[in-house]
Amino acid sequence: MSADHSQAYANDPHAHAHDPHAAPHGTFQSYVTGFVLAVILTVIPFFLVMARPIESAGYTAAIVLFCALLQILVHMVFFLHMTPKAEDGWLLLSTIFTIVLVVITLAGSLWIVFHLNNNMMPGGIMDDMIREAPPPSN
Amino acid sequence: MAIETFASPETSFLFGRLTWSAIPLHEPIVVVTFIVVAIGGIALLGALTYFKVWGYLWKEWFTSVDHKKIGIMYMVLGLIMLLRGFADAIMMRLQQAMAFNGSEGYLNAHHYDQIFTAHGVIMIFFVAMPFVTGMMNYIMPLQIGARDVAFPFLNNFSFWMTVGGAVIVMASLFVGEFAQTGWLAYPPLSGIAGSPYVGVDYYIWGLQVAGVGTTLSGINLIVTIVKMRCPGMTMMRMPVFTWTALCANILIVASFPVLTACLVLLTLDRYVGTNFFTADNGGNPMMYVNLIWIWGHPEVYILVLPAFGIFSEVTSTYCGKRLFGYSSMVYATVCITVLSYIVWLHHFFTMGSGASVNSFFGIATMIISIPTGAKLFNWLFTMYRGRIRYELPMMWTIAFMLTFIIGGMTGVMLAVPPADFVLHNSLFLIAHFHNVIIGGVLFGLFAGITFWWPKAFGFRLDPFWGKVSFWCWVSGFWVAFTPLYILGFMGVTRRMRVFDDPSLQIWFLIASLGAVLIAIGIAAMIIQFAVSIWRRDELRDTTGDPWDGRTLEWATSSPPPAYNFAFTPVAHDIDAWWDMKTHGYRRPQEGFKPIHMPQNTSSGIILAGLATVCGMALIWYIWWLAILAFAAMIATAIWHTFNYNRDYNIPAADVTAVEAQRSRMLAGRA
Repeated sequence: MSADHSQAYANDPHAHAHDPHAAPHGTFQSYVTGFVLAVILTVIPFFLVMARPIESAGYTAAIVLFCALLQILVHMVFFLHMTPKAEDGWLLLSTIFTIVLVVITLAGSLWIVFHLNNNMMPGGIMDDMIREAPPPSN
Repeated sequence: MAIETFASPETSFLFGRLTWSAIPLHEPIVVVTFIVVAIGGIALLGALTYFKVWGYLWKEWFTSVDHKKIGIMYMVLGLIMLLRGFADAIMMRLQQAMAFNGSEGYLNAHHYDQIFTAHGVIMIFFVAMPFVTGMMNYIMPLQIGARDVAFPFLNNFSFWMTVGGAVIVMASLFVGEFAQTGWLAYPPLSGIAGSPYVGVDYYIWGLQVAGVGTTLSGINLIVTIVKMRCPGMTMMRMPVFTWTALCANILIVASFPVLTACLVLLTLDRYVGTNFFTADNGGNPMMYVNLIWIWGHPEVYILVLPAFGIFSEVTSTYCGKRLFGYSSMVYATVCITVLSYIVWLHHFFTMGSGASVNSFFGIATMIISIPTGAKLFNWLFTMYRGRIRYELPMMWTIAFMLTFIIGGMTGVMLAVPPADFVLHNSLFLIAHFHNVIIGGVLFGLFAGITFWWPKAFGFRLDPFWGKVSFWCWVSGFWVAFTPLYILGFMGVTRRMRVFDDPSLQIWFLIASLGAVLIAIGIAAMIIQFAVSIWRRDELRDTTGDPWDGRTLEWATSSPPPAYNFAFTPVAHDIDAWWDMKTHGYRRPQEGFKPIHMPQNTSSGIILAGLATVCGMALIWYIWWLAILAFAAMIATAIWHTFNYNRDYNIPAADVTAVEAQRSRMLAGRA
C-alpha cells in the first residue's frame, strides 16, 4: 500500500456528513404539462358521464377509473416530483414499498374476511335450517 | 368477587368515575406491593434530594437531546420494566404450581387475569421495545459516523412518550385495574360489555401514548441512516447492525399506524358506542384480530432483526474475521422485512378462513425460515476457522444459536395449519414464542449490553458475575420452558388459573424451578452491574477499542465525547474501523474546528407529561382534564416552535482539550 493510499484515510476537515440534496422542483414547462394533462384527464370523465357517448355504464365507469389512475400518476410526477431520480431514488422506493404494503393489507384483509364462513356448517344444511325455521312470532 | 364493587356507572364532573373504591384495598397482595413500592420510591426520591442530584439529572439527562444519553435512559427504562414484568411471571408460575387438588392458589381470577395480561404487554412494549430502541439509539449513529440523530429533539420527545405509556400501565396496578383480556385485548371481551371498567382503557391509552413515541423514533432513525452516513459509507458498506436497525425501523413506521388505527376503532366502540368490533349490529370482532396481527407479526421482527444485527457484530469481532456473506446477510434481512408482512394469518389459522387462505399463509411462514437459516449459516461460517475468543458476548451468541434453532423448528411446526389446530392456544405456543423471544431477542440484547457497555461507560463488565448470570439464564430458560412444550403436547391451554388433573403438577413445579433459576440470573446481572461500577478502575478501557472492534463506534473514545467524532470519519470498506487500523490510521492531534450541536430542551418531557395526564383523564372519564391537557399539549408544541435557542457550538478550544485528554489516556497505556 502506497503513501497516497494511506493519505486517503487522513481526516478531511471539509468532509460533510450530510450531502445537501436540494428539494426537487419542476420547471415552468413541467408544471404547464402537468396542468394540461390534469385538465384533459378531468374533462374526459365529465364528458363521458354528461354526454354519455358510450351506452354501457360499466365501460364508462371503467374508463373513468382508468382516468383517475392516470390522474394520480400525473400529480405524483409533475406536482409531487416523484421521479426515479428524486432524493436519490429513495422517494420512489418508499412510495412503491408503501403501495405494496397497502395492497397487501387491503387485499389480504378482504380475502381473509370473505373466507370466514368456511368453517361454518355447510351451506346446504344452513339454508335448509333457515328455510324450515318457524316464522318469527311477535 | 371484587368485580361487583367496581360496577358503579355513575360519574362525577370533577373526578369522572374515579372514586375511593378504585384503590384496591381489598387485595392484600396489591396493598403490600404498594407499601413496598412507596417506601422504596420515597427512599429513592429522598436520596436524590439529599445528594442534590435533581438539577444534574434534569440538565444532563432528562432534557438531553444527546442520542447516547437517550439510549442509556431507554435501557434503564427497559431494565426497570423487566423487573416488573418478571415479577408477574414469577407470580403466574407460583399460582399454576399451587392450584392443584382443589386448591385455588393464592390469586383470584380477577387478579390472575390482570397479571398475565400485564406480563405480555409489559414484556413486549416496555421491556423489549425500549431495549431495542435504546440499543439502536446509542450504537447506530456511532456506527455511521454521525454526531447525533437527524431530529434530536424528536428523539427526546419519543423517549418520554414511551415513559408516559409505561407510567400509565404501572398506575393501573394501584389505581383501578389493568385489562383482563390477554396482551392483545381481543373483542368482544375487550368491548364495553365484556370489560366495563377501566382495565382495557388503561391498556388502550398506555399503548397509544407509547406508540406515538415508537413511531416518531422509527422515522427519526430511518432518516438518520438514510441522510447522515459519513462520506464513503455506501449502503453496502453499512455495518450489519445498522442495516437491521434500518429494516426494523421501516417495519415500525409501516406497522405501528395499523396498531394505532385498530386501537382507535376499539376506543370508538368503547367510548361512543360504534360497532366496528361488536358481535352484533354489523360489527366483526374478527376484523380486530386480523388488523392487530397485521401490526403484531412485523412487531416480532422489529424485535429480532436488531438482535440478529448484534449477533453479526459480535461474531465477526470475536472471531477476528470479516462477517461471512455480508451481502447475503443484507439481502436476508431485507427479505425477512418484506416477508414479515405476508404471514400474519398464522396467528389465527383456527379462526376459520378455510384451506386456501391457511395454506397460503402457512407456506409463506415456512418460507421465512429460509433467510433466517441463511443468517445462521453465515454466523457459523464466520466462526469456521476464526480465532474465536469466548468472551461473554460470544457465549450469548452461541447460546442463542442453540436455543433459537429449537424455537425456529417449533415455529415451523406451528406453521403447518393442521398441526396448529392441535397446538393453537396451548402451552406449546407459549413455549415456542418464549423460546424465540428469550433465546433470540433477550440473549441478543444481553450480548449487546456486554459488548457495548465499555463503549458507553468506559469500563468493562465483570466477567465472573456475567458468567453466573449467563448459566442461570440459559439453563433456567430450558428448565422453565421444556415442561411447557410437554404440557402443550398434552393439550394444556394457556392462561389457566386452576387445574383438575393432579398428574400435571410436577411439570408446573419444574417450570417454577426454572423461573427461580432465571430470577437468580437477573439478580446476578444486577450484581454484575454493581460490581463492575464498584471495580471500574480495574476494568477501565482507555483505548476506546477494548475488543479489537471492526466498526466505527470503536474509533472514538469510551465513553464517546458529546460530539462523537472530532472529525467526521471517512469509510473506505465494510468494517470501516478495521480497514482504518490496517492502513495505519493516525488520530488527528490538531486543527480542530468548533462543532455545531443541538441544544437541550425541556419541551419533550413537558409534552409527554401532558400526554400522560391526558391519557389518565380519558381512562377515568375526567373530560375537563382531558380537554385541558390536550389544549396544553398543543399550546406547548406551538410555544416550542418559537424557541430559537436550539443549537450551540462547542468551541475549538474545548474540542482540543478533550482530544488532548484522550491522547494522554492512550499514551498512558502504551
